[in-house]
Amino acid sequence: MRKVSTFNAATIVAGMAFLYLPIAILVIYSFNDSALVTVWGGWSVRWYRELLADAPLIGSALISLRLAIISATAATILGTLAALALVRFGRFRGRLLFSAMIYAPLVMPEVITGLSLLLLFVAVAADRGFWTVAIAHTTMAMCFVTIIVQSRLVDFDLSLEEAAMDLGASPLRTFSSVTLPLIFPAIAAAWMLAFALSLDDLVIASFTTGPGATTLPIRIYSEVRLGVKPEMNAVCSIMVGVVGVAVIVASLLAKLTSARGTVASQ
Amino acid sequence: MTAAAITVDDTAAAPVQAPRWRKLVVRIPYVWLVVFFLIPFLIVLKISLSQTALAQPPYVPVFDLAAGWSGLVGFFTGLSFDNYRLLASDPLYVLSYVKSVEIAAFSTLILLVIGYPLAYAIAHTPRRWQAVLVLLTILPFWTSLLIRIYAWMNILQHDGPLNQVLLALGIVQAPPVWLSTETAIYIGVVYSYLPFMVLPLYASLEKMDQAVIEAAADLGAPRWKIFWLITLPLSSAGMVAGVLLCFIPIVGEFVIPDLLGGSDSPMIGQTIWMEFFGNKDWPVASAVAVILLCLLVTPIVVYQNQAMRAAAGE
Repeated sequence: MRKVSTFNAATIVAGMAFLYLPIAILVIYSFNDSALVTVWGGWSVRWYRELLADAPLIGSALISLRLAIISATAATILGTLAALALVRFGRFRGRLLFSAMIYAPLVMPEVITGLSLLLLFVAVAADRGFWTVAIAHTTMAMCFVTIIVQSRLVDFDLSLEEAAMDLGASPLRTFSSVTLPLIFPAIAAAWMLAFALSLDDLVIASFTTGPGATTLPIRIYSEVRLGVKPEMNAVCSIMVGVVGVAVIVASLLAKLTSARGTVASQ
Repeated sequence: MTAAAITVDDTAAAPVQAPRWRKLVVRIPYVWLVVFFLIPFLIVLKISLSQTALAQPPYVPVFDLAAGWSGLVGFFTGLSFDNYRLLASDPLYVLSYVKSVEIAAFSTLILLVIGYPLAYAIAHTPRRWQAVLVLLTILPFWTSLLIRIYAWMNILQHDGPLNQVLLALGIVQAPPVWLSTETAIYIGVVYSYLPFMVLPLYASLEKMDQAVIEAAADLGAPRWKIFWLITLPLSSAGMVAGVLLCFIPIVGEFVIPDLLGGSDSPMIGQTIWMEFFGNKDWPVASAVAVILLCLLVTPIVVYQNQAMRAAAGE
């Protein structure tokens, strides 16, 4: 076992403190009884209770959840297909354009993606609302899905599929009972990432949304633009908690399934 | 025996799907990306060459397919470069671009200086800690950017925790102003993009062949020399990936400067947002976006080539 030098240990502690202190402070202040956000008035769940009474906010949260589930699912299907195409099909016509379109959205500034999709929806006179945001989020997230699934497919042992087909399994059967279970951890992780991206997004949703589809980030943004509010501390703390628990559970699950996958493939 | 040989030949020719399946697997995501990624960019380009109009949609000329050839001619003669002339002549836009690139460049440099030691430290811990530390580094990225920036609004407030600590320790006599300053933008950007810098650096440092370093140490090289001549050059791929992964999106960043920065000199993402939502000038917003894309096209292509090579498993 390698020893950790003092310098390295100090760097890690400082780095983690930098990453986590702001979030910790936010969560602590969400339990502050005082209406003045900077004065400590003792512990209380007052702002969480007030949230429950805030119907528009809860409505937005539900819209965001529905949006995230739908767009993550669509993005996972499209992104997995794209990954299969890139890894398994070698050369096909238009491959260069295809891979350029996969990698560009990863670093594309969101204002450009949002603006361009909005102009498309206007050009075809589509009613803007829930479904236009869903399409936008699917497009943004599918590229992340492709990258994750692709990295798993590159490491894939092709002889497993060959064995299944030698034993008489049809290509579809081979895919569903050999390939899919083995790449499933990557697909699940990709779905989670797509879900989180959709739940987070403010900029693309602001451009592509319409009446009746105010997502949670859009509502939070319009509230916090003017300053810090105690209710917002509570909303944000809940989102941090939900995402934190989900990611930890997912990574544990991924570890379990991938451990089993490795055993199965040996 | 012959049957088995034939099966093997078949699988070699078509590893998974029959040709009919293959076509669909490629075509569905391909068509989706062309329709929802490529075509929208062509529309942005087209509208940036249009003129503002008080209509719905608020620009002319509108491309009218029904008008046939004369419509096409009318469309092209109606295009103008007025929006681009406006951008070049108005120092507000030019300053906005300069400021965005400047903030992105400096904050990427800060990220590299902070991120490298962190990635190096993580890569030099025992293996079972590494997974946990990597997870801890990614975890903040999963929580909304909006929330993380909002957390900093809390901290940087006039009578917020940071100033309270600084006053209590006697470091400052009067509380400094943090919000609506460029410093706040830097803090927000470095905080938000740190995972994007640390992860690629960690990946390249972790892969590094320790035998090379041990060999150099055995031959008597001092530690700074090993780092400078071996570790640093061998992690250059990670550095390039991290720098691009941070620099490109930071140039177009909207949420961070909007919530933490001042309104006097906006970054380019804010300018696009204001032209679009505030001034409702779609053609100018599109022209600003096209120029931003031109600025970023070189780093984006470099990034793509690198990512594709990495995906191919090199």
